[in-house]
Amino acid sequence: MFEYMGDRLTKAIKNIRGMGRITEENIGDALREIRMALLEADVNYVVVKEFIASIKEKALGMEVGKSLKPDELFIKLVKDELVSLLGGDFVPLETSKNPTILMLVGLQGSGKTTTAGKLANFLRKKHAKNPLLVACDIYRPAAIEQLETIGKSLGIEVFSEGHENPVKIVLDALDFAKEKKCDYVIIDTAGRLQIDEALMQELKDISSTVNPHETILVIDAMMGQDAINVINGFNDALSLTGTILTKLDGNTKGGVALSVRHLTNIPIKFVGDSEKLDGLSEFFPERMANRILDMGDILSIADKVTDIISEEEALDTAKKMKKGTFDLEDFLATLKQIKKLGPLENILKMLPQARKMGINNVNIDPKDMAHVEAIILSMTPYERRHPDILKATRKQRIAKGSGRSVEEVNRLLKQFEEMKKMMKMVSSGNMKMPF
Amino acid sequence: MGIFDKLKKIVSTKSVPKETEELYDAGLKKTREEFVSKLSMLGIKYTRVSDAYFEELEDLLISADIGVNTVFSFLERLKDRVKKEKIEDTKNLTEVIVDELFIIYVNNESLTTKINIEENGPTVILMVGVNGVGKTTTIAKLAYKYKNIGKKVMMIAGDTFRAGAVEQLKIWADKTDSLFYGRDNTDPAGVIYDGLEMAKQENADIVLIDTAGRLQNKVNLMKELEKINKVIDRIIPGAPHETLLVIDAATGQNGIMQAISFKEITNITGIVLTKLDGTAKGGIVLAIKEAVDIPVKFVGLGEGMSDLQTFDIEEYIYGLFKDLM
Repeated sequence: MFEYMGDRLTKAIKNIRGMGRITEENIGDALREIRMALLEADVNYVVVKEFIASIKEKALGMEVGKSLKPDELFIKLVKDELVSLLGGDFVPLETSKNPTILMLVGLQGSGKTTTAGKLANFLRKKHAKNPLLVACDIYRPAAIEQLETIGKSLGIEVFSEGHENPVKIVLDALDFAKEKKCDYVIIDTAGRLQIDEALMQELKDISSTVNPHETILVIDAMMGQDAINVINGFNDALSLTGTILTKLDGNTKGGVALSVRHLTNIPIKFVGDSEKLDGLSEFFPERMANRILDMGDILSIADKVTDIISEEEALDTAKKMKKGTFDLEDFLATLKQIKKLGPLENILKMLPQARKMGINNVNIDPKDMAHVEAIILSMTPYERRHPDILKATRKQRIAKGSGRSVEEVNRLLKQFEEMKKMMKMVSSGNMKMPF
Repeated sequence: MGIFDKLKKIVSTKSVPKETEELYDAGLKKTREEFVSKLSMLGIKYTRVSDAYFEELEDLLISADIGVNTVFSFLERLKDRVKKEKIEDTKNLTEVIVDELFIIYVNNESLTTKINIEENGPTVILMVGVNGVGKTTTIAKLAYKYKNIGKKVMMIAGDTFRAGAVEQLKIWADKTDSLFYGRDNTDPAGVIYDGLEMAKQENADIVLIDTAGRLQNKVNLMKELEKINKVIDRIIPGAPHETLLVIDAATGQNGIMQAISFKEITNITGIVLTKLDGTAKGGIVLAIKEAVDIPVKFVGLGEGMSDLQTFDIEEYIYGLFKDLM
């Protein structure tokens, strides 16, 4: 019933394939589809208007040469425009001050407290920082306990001082940070509506007291057209230095990402992409544009993989994939590593042509992964290296050993073969662009 | 009689308490200022109905998150009516717009916002939704509501995942003087099982069950919800009597997906639209109503305990368009 933005764009652009040149007529449908797709993705309607107008103008003025087909040219144009809309270059987080002070602000339920924990974890891991979390949400019941629990599970210090006077809490927290030699202070504030004058004044007071180096708006990626009012409201009061988009692991199309930067010029610094405390990734416009356009996000995957798997291992696996000598033993090892990467759906979504192959929206039950693992574990190492020797009796034994059916064993073997073929294609560069 | 007159009459003769009307009025203030002033500006800018007028109207409706498909079909109907009724002056169109918006939601059905109360024994109300929409706070407000009419209320902390969620609900239970059952870091179905046993023993009238926020595309979490439902039905056959999907008024098009996915797993009986006191227009409920036919039962119009109100489409539309009438 609902198609993803990338699908719609892909389909619309297909229509101009084979056309000799780009005219107002033959891109009409494509432009309409792009407009619909962007609106359905909650991209701000003003941004959509400007985007369509600019694409149209540039497309009509394009020279269709011999080397590039009109659909290829058009898609390149759309992608370039998307990237520039998403904000051009990546703006990293300020980390050089001692201590660097960062304040998280936002509406209720946008995910500030969880994000505070994720950020602290990220800063410690990536920048070898010794962060301090400051509990300034004095209103929501148990908000302080929530941050303390998160801090405890990460082994990161949390400063809290009851339910009064956030300005004093922050000042005391800075002293505490000095004493404990914390070089990064993350302030978690209470959620509030941008139109709540009293609570916005409280934020201004905190801000003018500690002069944070980063003031970051945490915003739910599922937000609709009202997002811009929220962003402007907070920005007018506090001069934001960045935003973090949360809950991007849902199936929201996240059009907010397109609006934020274009309408306000505030960079998106991170995206929240899982419920776990390591579920925070740096935001790269180029990659987001690729993802939207169904061009995959191999770079993001690579980043995630290197975080968890040593380069040597990864190179080894890649080599095997390329040569086609990737066997079930390697698959088992990969499976174990994949588990560490978090939900597999997230990884699959980022693969090029994911939507075309219908794996962009597959739901993988962790139990299914466990079954696959059980089946492979029931094979002898020799069988894993040479899956082609698996005939009826061996399959029966494996099925029994893993507690699965022979059909399931067969299905796994078949899927494995297909996967191998795909790997070869991807790595030999024979994979065609989806347009 | 035009729709404005009808609404005015309904609202003025209805036996809703004055405070309810005031709450809607105050809660929707920001929403109204934005939306209605733009709509009336449109009427000043274009005195004659034209393509440009329709285009700007489309932008306005989309900006209220009404939903792209809903807006497009709405505009088609509107254009049809304009043709048939030969409407040329945009002044006369405003009323037709409100009328048509009303029709999307009502659609000739008699809608109920009533909560299905089980007379003999606990009425179980299960709260579900994605992360951060306000499930726990809504439970507190519901408890306050039922306490006030003399019910024995119990809360069960089924969100065993998010740090601090159990404590948060516990604090609300203490504040509203409700019974409470919860344990940290355990299987939610187990907690709910034990909690319901306690509810039966204590003869609670209303049992409010909190659940962890779950994004609707996470299969294992949705399966967990299925299991929770089974457990509830096993202990109290026929329960939950109400399963309320909580949706943030600021939600965009994803709200439709949320409604569809949750409805597939559980029998959603109504929607609670929260945070309507911000600038968001909550138009997504119109699209949800059209796509999956789930009515809104409550709206959150402020942060106070009494700010959760039974949804009233007439009050909602009247609250939105009051300044135009």
